[in-house]
Amino acid sequence: MLAPTVSLRDITRTCGTVIANDRVSLELAPGQVHAIVGENGAGKTTLMKVLFGLFQPDSGDIVVDGRAVRLPGPGAAMRLGLGMVHQHFMLVDTLTVTENVVLGREPMRGLGVFDRARAEHEVAALAERYRLPVDPRARIAQLSVGAQQRVEILKALYRGARVLILDEPTAVLTPQEVDELFGVLRALQQDGASIVLITHKLAEVKALADQVTVLRAGRVVGGGRVAQMTTEAIAELMVGRVLAPLKPRSARSPGAPQLEAHALEVADDRGLPAVRGVSFQVRGGEVVGLAGVDGNGQHELLEALAGVRRPSAGRIVVGGRAVSGRDAREHRRAGLANIPSDRLKRGLVADMTLAENLVLGRQDEASHGPWLGGPALNERARGPLAEFDVRPPEPTARAAQLSGGNQQKLIAARELGARSRGAEQVCAILAAHPTRGVDLGAIEFLHGQLLAAREAGRAVLLVSSELSEILALSDRILVLFEGRIVHETTPGATDERTLGQFMTGRSAPQVGPA
Amino acid sequence: MEILLFLAAALRISVPYALAAMGAAVSERGGVICIALEGIMLNGALAYVLGAHWSGNPWLGLGSAVLAGLLTAWLHAEVTVRFRADQITSGLGINLLAAGLTRFVLVRVFQSSSNSPRVVGLPEWNLFGLAKLPGLGPLLGSPLVLLTLFLVPLVWWLLFRSVFGLRLRSIGENPQAAASLGLHVARYRSQGVLTCGVLASLGGAWLASEQHSFSDGMTGGRGYIALAAMIVGKWNPVGAVAACLLFGTADALQIRLQGSAFPSELLQALPYLVTMLVLAGFIGRAVAPRAVGVPYDPDQP
Amino acid sequence: MKLPRARMASALNLAAPLVAVLAALAVGAVFIASIGEAPLEIYALMFHEAFGTGYGLGQTLFKTTPLLFTGLAVSLAFRAGLFNIGVESQMYLGGLAAALVGSYVALPGVLLLAASLLAAALAGSAWAAIPGALKARFGSHEVINTIMLNFIALSLVAWVGRGLFEAATVRTLEVAPAAWLPRLDGVLPALHGAPANVSLLLGLLLALGVGVLLFRTRLGFDLRALGLNAPAAQAAGVAIGRTQILAMGLSGAIAGLGGVNFVLGYKHYFELEFTGGAGFIGIAVALLGRNHPLGVLLAALFFGGLSHGALVINQRVPRELVNVLQGLVILFAISAQALAARLGRRWA
Repeated sequence: MLAPTVSLRDITRTCGTVIANDRVSLELAPGQVHAIVGENGAGKTTLMKVLFGLFQPDSGDIVVDGRAVRLPGPGAAMRLGLGMVHQHFMLVDTLTVTENVVLGREPMRGLGVFDRARAEHEVAALAERYRLPVDPRARIAQLSVGAQQRVEILKALYRGARVLILDEPTAVLTPQEVDELFGVLRALQQDGASIVLITHKLAEVKALADQVTVLRAGRVVGGGRVAQMTTEAIAELMVGRVLAPLKPRSARSPGAPQLEAHALEVADDRGLPAVRGVSFQVRGGEVVGLAGVDGNGQHELLEALAGVRRPSAGRIVVGGRAVSGRDAREHRRAGLANIPSDRLKRGLVADMTLAENLVLGRQDEASHGPWLGGPALNERARGPLAEFDVRPPEPTARAAQLSGGNQQKLIAARELGARSRGAEQVCAILAAHPTRGVDLGAIEFLHGQLLAAREAGRAVLLVSSELSEILALSDRILVLFEGRIVHETTPGATDERTLGQFMTGRSAPQVGPA
Repeated sequence: MEILLFLAAALRISVPYALAAMGAAVSERGGVICIALEGIMLNGALAYVLGAHWSGNPWLGLGSAVLAGLLTAWLHAEVTVRFRADQITSGLGINLLAAGLTRFVLVRVFQSSSNSPRVVGLPEWNLFGLAKLPGLGPLLGSPLVLLTLFLVPLVWWLLFRSVFGLRLRSIGENPQAAASLGLHVARYRSQGVLTCGVLASLGGAWLASEQHSFSDGMTGGRGYIALAAMIVGKWNPVGAVAACLLFGTADALQIRLQGSAFPSELLQALPYLVTMLVLAGFIGRAVAPRAVGVPYDPDQP
Repeated sequence: MKLPRARMASALNLAAPLVAVLAALAVGAVFIASIGEAPLEIYALMFHEAFGTGYGLGQTLFKTTPLLFTGLAVSLAFRAGLFNIGVESQMYLGGLAAALVGSYVALPGVLLLAASLLAAALAGSAWAAIPGALKARFGSHEVINTIMLNFIALSLVAWVGRGLFEAATVRTLEVAPAAWLPRLDGVLPALHGAPANVSLLLGLLLALGVGVLLFRTRLGFDLRALGLNAPAAQAAGVAIGRTQILAMGLSGAIAGLGGVNFVLGYKHYFELEFTGGAGFIGIAVALLGRNHPLGVLLAALFFGGLSHGALVINQRVPRELVNVLQGLVILFAISAQALAARLGRRWA
């Protein structure tokens, strides 16, 4: 059965004060793979949530086979043959594969009796037919990430999806799993289904897609047949400019090691090893970029370095002082600054004032004996707020009221700003995705601040999913794969493609005998 | 015989616990904490007495109890599911409200701040001659006891074998996932709470029917014990009922030992201690449904 | 268009307690009308009784005092992200400790009073620290644990009481007069023998202390950060477990001290179940007072006034109306707050 033709016409959707989609139009032809690309925050996910009925558009139409439709919820979208594989899987961990797949459309014996045997049989048949190997009786919690994704796809197919929307499907997959996924998607395409692939990885677009639409800041800025476009052309559309060359980094010889990990092992939340024997040093005056696909241990490594996750083995040294890895205060006192990856989760207390957020983690410095707070705190905040261009520079505003970029600048003001005399001085900085989801002006400002810290002789460990950012800022680059450092290089000696190979576990072609 | 009588006493005490604990399991599996058990039982008990008093018919009393339980649970569902307010606080508010309301009505209707007059209890049924068994007989003649025995597998089946239960449990674990498949989270959660209201109100009706009257605060914390039993039973109705039997036995033993030198008061504290140990992970690990206590906001997927 | 709506949402949020009180009184009016009385007249009578005469005011203040303590205790724990439902038993044990020290320990003059007060605070604190430590160590939920400890305290006291209570009574020996907290009518004759006592001043001091602690000290800063965003507090170097135990301990100390209003300021002995639910109403007080000491004080006064005002209407409307109002205020307050938060998010 051929997929319906789905068109989005002039879709506009605001999220809070941000216009996430601004008069976006696109057309999905049956039997084709249509890639939607754009940087983080370009509005891809919002657009797909509109298409799947999870968000209502402020204006614009969704047209299916020539008929304008209204999608009050995902149920309506599914009835029209749409199916979605969410970036963060929508699975119930405690239930089985079968239960997850049939949920909401369970086969019944009599009134309200769940026919488990039939459900399992149907799921097994479906898995067989689309070559999606998975045990119908396994519990989700026991499955690998790749298998969980197969369950997500089965969920959509079970509901008769002919238009399959996949949101960043490869972000968490191993290279083998990516290959398998692409095989499945091609088979589905042969079968007449349409596939919408949301991604910011251009290699995937080239490998799989027939059509591409490029989004930037909520608008469609270009697109067309993939065969007729070069990767460079798509990249330029995505970024909207030829990346401004950063102020050339001064060649400087790095100083003493300020941040060291020795044979570090860290477990994830489920107790499984996530970081497996990682050792590295970051010297003063050096930016070390840590590249890797999300989910390869970056998160756990950063948490251990920050002192909020206890390593199971190994040592961490900050500014020459051995620290425990389980007390953030101790790490900070040794001279560590931390720009965490999720600003609203670990970086800020949204319901505290800007002045209070500037103190977070620097209580030692801001308190007089047991006392902390009052008007002095607000006065103390004015300088950093102005210096780091936080808008509005209002010490008593709540952090929740700021835009993403200004929240990130607020964290930078706290972590990178000047310390008062007598306080511990910062010698090492963790910067995790420091520019994720912020506007271009803020990106340039934050990059400048990180490079200034380098000039000032601090050690910077930069973790980012944007390879361009890592290549632009780093003196050295480490690649993390499955919890191990698998490659070390410098920006001059590598490029995105090569890094991508190492990030996915495929080592570069050997040149001559080792 | 002695042993049988003791067993009957323990079972008798366990009945209201079991009904309320099964209710709590249904509510919490759907993601709504039900500290309101105490208030639901109390309202149910009073409603039984009012119904039986005015009609002279114990079955109408039972019907009124269920109605009162439904209304009380509906209030809890409105506050927690529709307004998405804190579930624990709502439960405490409902318990305070029920304590006040039942006293108010008691004074107003029966001109007493402590007791209602005597009303009829539920009749005895002699099913398969069970009621004539030695020791346990009178207990097994009680319709509510028979109903409870019937409800234990039924509630288990509802949660773990029916389509409703599958959907409810998925909503208690991951409401976002359920909603992404088009399930109506608020509707199922409310239905879970209402089911809890019916079950807990039967517990209240049992107390009133056994005592043939209502007295101020007559649930005496049984709702909280039932909640504890549900936790000890790991959110499973069968486990919860088993915990209720344990707690009921401790109670019966304590009553036996009253007046002796044995510190029976400490025996009374045993269920609470056991619950704390279970929560701390000393006696198996009790894992709550992942989304229990978290209001579901469809605007924040 | 956006800004006025955002302001409306924040105004609604601020007004939520007031809305809740008015809504509860409105439902209460239906109750009053249903038994053929005039609601406004009844409410006016209550208000006059609670605040209109010196004696009435003294009684209101006496009933306000324990609620001030329990409200402060609940709100302090709340600020750290902990729901202390055990305030009832912390107060209960605090009162027992004060009575025992006051009646059995031989200390001269004001030292005995100080020791009794200290005992009350320590007992409440220790009892509250148990769920705090269980949370910090095992992550077990403080709500269930505090509820369990409420019941355990009842059993414990019943058992201890076998040996302690005066024959055929449910109360302890009388506390030595040196440990009595003087009544306020000694200084303010206008109160005409109402039992309001120095405990009230202690409570006011504590309200001030809690305010200073929360908004002017490092511990308060850490505690609030923990309550608002635990992962961020952890990343900022706040020792989560220690702060949780400390917050519960302080909360319990305040609750324990609340027991002296009855034990050292009024009856001068400990009596079985003397707390009469003040711990649970403390939750309503904290909620209505938005966990701010000043708000808590006002809310305690409101509930104190209600509970004394109810005595005068009892001939016409059962005074249990007040308990109904307490429950309704809680339900309306959380609903209004949740609604305001939701509208705030949508309109932001």
